[in-house]
Amino acid sequence: MKKNKSILLSTPYILWMLIFTLIPLGVVGYYALTDPETGVFTWGNIRDLWLFAPTLGISVWYSLVSALICLLLGYPVAYYIAHRGATAQKILYMLVMLPMCMSFLLRTLAWVGLLETNGIINQFLNALGIRSLNMIGTPGAVILGMVYNYLPYMILPLYAIIVKIDSRLIEAAEDLGCTPVQVFSRVVLPLSMPGILSGITMVFVPAVSTFYISQKLGGTDTMLIGDVIERQFKSAGNPNLGAALSLVLMLLVFVCTGIMNRFGSDEEGGVVV
Amino acid sequence: MEFDGERILDGINLYFNDHEFLTLLGPSGCGKTTTLRIIGGFLTPTSGRVLFDGKCINDVPPYERQINTVFQRYALFPHLNVYDNIAFGLKVAKLPKDEIHTRVQEMLEIVGLQGFENRRIDKLSGGQQQRVAIARALVNRPKVLLLDEPLAALDLRLRKDMQNELKRIQQAMGITFIYVTHDQEEALSMSDTVVVMDKGRIQQIGKPEDIYNEPKNAFVADFIGESNILDGVMNADYKVKFFGRTFRCLDAGFQPNEPVDVVIRPEDIDFVDPEAGHLTGTVTSVTFKGLNYDIIVDFKGFKWLIQTTDHQPVGATVGIRLNPEDIHVMHKSEYSGLFGDYSSYSAEYDELTEDADDEEE
Repeated sequence: MKKNKSILLSTPYILWMLIFTLIPLGVVGYYALTDPETGVFTWGNIRDLWLFAPTLGISVWYSLVSALICLLLGYPVAYYIAHRGATAQKILYMLVMLPMCMSFLLRTLAWVGLLETNGIINQFLNALGIRSLNMIGTPGAVILGMVYNYLPYMILPLYAIIVKIDSRLIEAAEDLGCTPVQVFSRVVLPLSMPGILSGITMVFVPAVSTFYISQKLGGTDTMLIGDVIERQFKSAGNPNLGAALSLVLMLLVFVCTGIMNRFGSDEEGGVVV
Repeated sequence: MEFDGERILDGINLYFNDHEFLTLLGPSGCGKTTTLRIIGGFLTPTSGRVLFDGKCINDVPPYERQINTVFQRYALFPHLNVYDNIAFGLKVAKLPKDEIHTRVQEMLEIVGLQGFENRRIDKLSGGQQQRVAIARALVNRPKVLLLDEPLAALDLRLRKDMQNELKRIQQAMGITFIYVTHDQEEALSMSDTVVVMDKGRIQQIGKPEDIYNEPKNAFVADFIGESNILDGVMNADYKVKFFGRTFRCLDAGFQPNEPVDVVIRPEDIDFVDPEAGHLTGTVTSVTFKGLNYDIIVDFKGFKWLIQTTDHQPVGATVGIRLNPEDIHVMHKSEYSGLFGDYSSYSAEYDELTEDADDEEE
């Protein structure tokens, strides 16, 4: 009786998954493995992907760098929030969430206005008598855009984990001779590991498939795999190649998160001395 | 010690001797955990000093004190296995690997957990976690071990076993134990010295026998064991008057005609024939407790608890005799009149003192 009920309750979601996730995935797979003109089965699209290996490499690299920067910026913030009083925690949590309430497009466009050759930052620098900086169209601008947009996705899981670390464990570590630095490295950091891993995943996955940020903030040489996919479907009119790229990107994300989770569970399992 | 402007501890003056098993005993919120946290260095007293081997350690952080703690609910590191939990302090102290190994093995043996080295903490029972917590603290060979209600989370059987175990370890290693509990039986059976606390003040310090036999005030008399506490007047040395009768007693040194509290332990009272008794009363309730009966007797409206192996039916008229050594006289205190009347007796009085779970700060 109980089982039947729970199946009944989850039916809408299962249907949703089926119609909007599994079937489209099948369609993507079908397109990826068929010829654009004749529609017959081919490995051709997959073979052509080698052309995009450098783009893929850059995408992964930028996303990893962004995730790392997010971690370095986000961890202290998350730690700080987790150690405030209940009210302060709520307010700070809201502040972290706030940028996410604004449109993603708008946030990215705002950075264009800031970083442009004649943008706000350069105008300000000129007014101080400093030469304009070349910011827009550089890899740095793309990474900045990623970090800015995805930072909350790093802070929130970190905060959720750090706030749950039992303060008695910290006292126990002090009691056993740990200086504050050792308390952090031997207890707080290892116990934050699940938050760090989920934060990296939450930043890396959307960053690696993004296309808008690189289009607006990047130059011609900072094209990312997301841009390439978008172009295949739009201007280049080759949805089969686009589908193949999407598929490979998906596999790549799976592999990356898989590696990270493996790493995480090893960490938790405790190393045998 | 003040906390949020409220005085939590007041006039605490305690000496701890080397190799002593000292227990801080008191109800929830009495300040015993606060005292322990001050000794451990997790709280800095707002006034007063903490001396360790004659040196003031008020400003010494916990990690520099030669004191280790067994925390309430253990606080074991969930990311480390049993071995690494125990080895934690030694690794922080950067001891050579083989010495760490020897000492951890030695500790595992003492607490009876050989073969559990690689076990994860969450795969251990409460009693095993408790042993790891003790081993993790003792392996550092502290001069003083603080134990904050270490047995509170264990069931009765296990608690008894661990009490013996702890006492054995303390004697074998010769370390000063400072033990916090709200369980009076635990305190009496394990300690060399008991410190009874309430409302942030020390009520009495002494050997378990002295605390039990010579309580200083109504609070101590009531908290340690069961007591009938009566209003009396000290007519002269060795003569105390209550219920309109003068009894001989063993107490002296009071002002003439000083009002006093008189303690009579329930197990010291013997029934006699009504005619032969000093006092006569009516049995109002009888509860079988296994070892004895708890009998409530109404003496002129004041109800006494009497523990005896003689069964008396409800409604019976009984007489009692009191010998001088059964009577203990105390000065009046702020606790006078609050305790020692069994008018609202309920058979659950034992549990009431035991299951209160304190997390006082």
